[in-house]
Amino acid sequence: MGAYAAASFVAWFAAAGFAPWMSIIALFMASVAVAALLAPLVERGLLRVFYGRDEVLLVLVTYALFLILEDATKLIWGANPYFVSAPYALFGNVQVGEQAYVGYDFALVVVAAVCGIGVWWGLNRTRIGKVVLAVIHSAEVASSMGVNVSRVYTFAFMFGIFLAALGGALTAPMISVQPGVSVSVVIVSFAVVIIGGLGSIEGAAIGALIVGLARALAVHTWPPAELFSIYLAMAIVLVFRPEGLFLRVKARRI
Amino acid sequence: MKRTVWFGVSLVVIFLIAGLLLPKWLLFLCTMAAANGVVSLGIVLLMRGGVVSFGQGLVFAAGGYAAALLSNKLGVTDALLLTAAGGAAAVLMTAPFAVLLARYRGIFFAMLTLALSMVLYGVLVKMDALGGSDGFTMSRPTLLGMKIADAWSGYVLYSIAVVATGLLSIGARIYFDSSRGLVSLAIRENELRVEYLGASVTRVMAANFLLAAFLGGAGGALAIMALGHIEPNFSYWTTSGEFVFVAILAGHTGVLGAFAASFVLELVRSFSSSYFPNTWQMALGIFLLIVIRFFPRGLGSLIKK
Amino acid sequence: MSPVLSAKSLSKHFDGVVAAEAVTIAVAAGERVGLIGSNGAGKTTFVNLITGYLKPDAGAIELDGRDVTALGPREIERLGVARSFQIPQLCAEMNVLDNILVAAACGGEALSFWQPAHTAQTRERALALLERFALGAHAERRVAELPGGIRKLLDIAMSLTRRPRLLLLDEPTSGVSVEEKFPMMETVMAAIAGETHSEGTAVLFVEHDMEIVTRYASRVVAFYSGRVLADGAPATVLADADVRRHVTGGQI
Ligand SMILES: Nc1ncnc2c1ncn2[C@@H]1O[C@H](COP(=O)(O)OP(=O)(O)O)[C@@H](O)[C@H]1O
Ligand SMILES: [Mg+2]
Repeated sequence: MGAYAAASFVAWFAAAGFAPWMSIIALFMASVAVAALLAPLVERGLLRVFYGRDEVLLVLVTYALFLILEDATKLIWGANPYFVSAPYALFGNVQVGEQAYVGYDFALVVVAAVCGIGVWWGLNRTRIGKVVLAVIHSAEVASSMGVNVSRVYTFAFMFGIFLAALGGALTAPMISVQPGVSVSVVIVSFAVVIIGGLGSIEGAAIGALIVGLARALAVHTWPPAELFSIYLAMAIVLVFRPEGLFLRVKARRI
Repeated sequence: MKRTVWFGVSLVVIFLIAGLLLPKWLLFLCTMAAANGVVSLGIVLLMRGGVVSFGQGLVFAAGGYAAALLSNKLGVTDALLLTAAGGAAAVLMTAPFAVLLARYRGIFFAMLTLALSMVLYGVLVKMDALGGSDGFTMSRPTLLGMKIADAWSGYVLYSIAVVATGLLSIGARIYFDSSRGLVSLAIRENELRVEYLGASVTRVMAANFLLAAFLGGAGGALAIMALGHIEPNFSYWTTSGEFVFVAILAGHTGVLGAFAASFVLELVRSFSSSYFPNTWQMALGIFLLIVIRFFPRGLGSLIKK
Repeated sequence: MSPVLSAKSLSKHFDGVVAAEAVTIAVAAGERVGLIGSNGAGKTTFVNLITGYLKPDAGAIELDGRDVTALGPREIERLGVARSFQIPQLCAEMNVLDNILVAAACGGEALSFWQPAHTAQTRERALALLERFALGAHAERRVAELPGGIRKLLDIAMSLTRRPRLLLLDEPTSGVSVEEKFPMMETVMAAIAGETHSEGTAVLFVEHDMEIVTRYASRVVAFYSGRVLADGAPATVLADADVRRHVTGGQI
């Protein structure tokens, strides 16, 4: 959704005659728009109904949602690929020694780092973040202490959607946006989260690095192995740490 | 147990007789529903232990490719033998992962199985020896040493599917009712207690995974014999998703639900191509949400009441 | 004769919280040990350590002289140690009878792929066990619908299907009204006597009610912030000054 929205926003901006650098703003606006439209709809209208149910059921609900949204994007944007090249050209090339690198890639790394650090800071160092953590730990206790749990859920979900949409929007300039891009993203981002450990931001960062490096290594040494490199990395980590690199403390049961 | 066997056998006989009256298109539809239903029955079996595999396309493809290769390269053509071989091949293929996967639940299990199936998909697409993304065709199987005549092929393939799925279903029912089957249900609810009672949760889950693989592989073999053509799509995530869909629709209470649900899906699919070709997935998704919301134990629970 | 259970200077810390510190306890066959201590004293932790759910930071656990420190709950159960839980651990969507059948199946040698879980024989045995716990009338009820006291009893009944050598009961009467505590304990102890191991099942139970402790324990161990404060005959331990200060708060 983020990638498609980005395609539309960048196209509108160009049509409206804005300067090319404004396309960056278009990317961000696309993500905000997706979060603002989609998140409340999905969270209020759908997930709310299923809170407190089996985890497996929630997996199925999100899967159903995935099916629906896949077709929805096809209905809205059609099946033909989109190219969002304006932002990509913006940063020019960076010369490092012999090699020339695309400036946009560097910019992406910076944005990712800012996002990661920002989320970590927001969760651990701000009041709102601590409230969110409290709700994750025990919604009941938090609500008895006067936290509006339902608003926290909506907020957290909306923010999550925003980040996901931003990921899509920022990737859009590097790929051709077409049906089917989502599955591979789901699997890769899940691999990242699993490697890092569910619920850990540091873990996600390190997981992303591992997956990225594994892929790069495969592409350099033996390209056909690119796909497996991700799973191989994941499998190796899981054999040694079944819950990922960073364990989240679990609530006591007995 | 005796009652299960008798009930199963009589149902098989009824379906064999009923098949004589069905038009060709419906015969084929029922054959596919039976083949796919067995795969979903595997997911139902897993669901009883509390996990859902989003990658049963993996074993479906493993069974299908194994049967097709055996027939094309080694000249093994007997339909029942190929069905069993498909199941066995799927078990062999997933065995190395069984113990690793048995430790995971919920979304972890779902995504890890999905990842595995997508790896196989990736491999199959790149393997030119297996026809790459186009796949390859398999000639019609034989039955007990006899060639199947053209005029009867639809009915014979249907009968093979009915008999094979009948046997597997009887086996599944016996398993569901067994001590191990009951312990599976207990694991779904409280695995800590099961471990504390002295049973190995990991071993039960690993065995369930392999049993589901056998069902999936057998289903794959049955499907390829009916279709005559196999391609990497067997292992694609949308294929797996449809199996999950059928299993959810069926619920985990019974065996027959899986086939009823599978039949419904095949029926809807055959109409969808003419009525809503572009929103097939969306329709599936919406239907799935409705089932989860209003029939959390599957439509199978309706049949029982 | 070597003791059934021998815990040797067990220690367990959780981020600075001392849950067990140099805990040394030996339990002989047939003994009835009451474990007392205020909330957070480390009673459940002790049970969790013995049953392999938690691994001690230091110390060793022996069953019949065999070192079992490294084993997990399943292996320890197989050596004849059963436990009940402070919060009953049941299969809530199943009925009472099925819960017992699960316990019986898990206790068997190997789980059968085809032998039915429900047979005239297994049902009869399960119902007999339920009868001992006065649960026969609830056999077909779904566990989730049952009141707390019944669930507690079922939790204990499940731990008895294999005639353990050592039974650890974590607060068997908690969450039950004062009047019901005695009848409940009476039922439990009678049932244990009925399902007892040939050498005499050793029972270790965690209990807050001192009257119950004096009535049913042949020996009392008092815990305070992870340490054993006193260990001995009920009268002696309950009269101990430290125990009165830290555990019983001067009652009796
Ligand atoms: N799994 C755990 N994680 C963190 N702290 C724990 C855990 N288990 C016990 N504790 C802590 O250890 C101490 C002893 O707990 P516990 O053994 O449950 O006490 P009791 O059963 O005597 O009330 C408590 O402070 C408790 O918070
Ligand atoms: Mg306790």
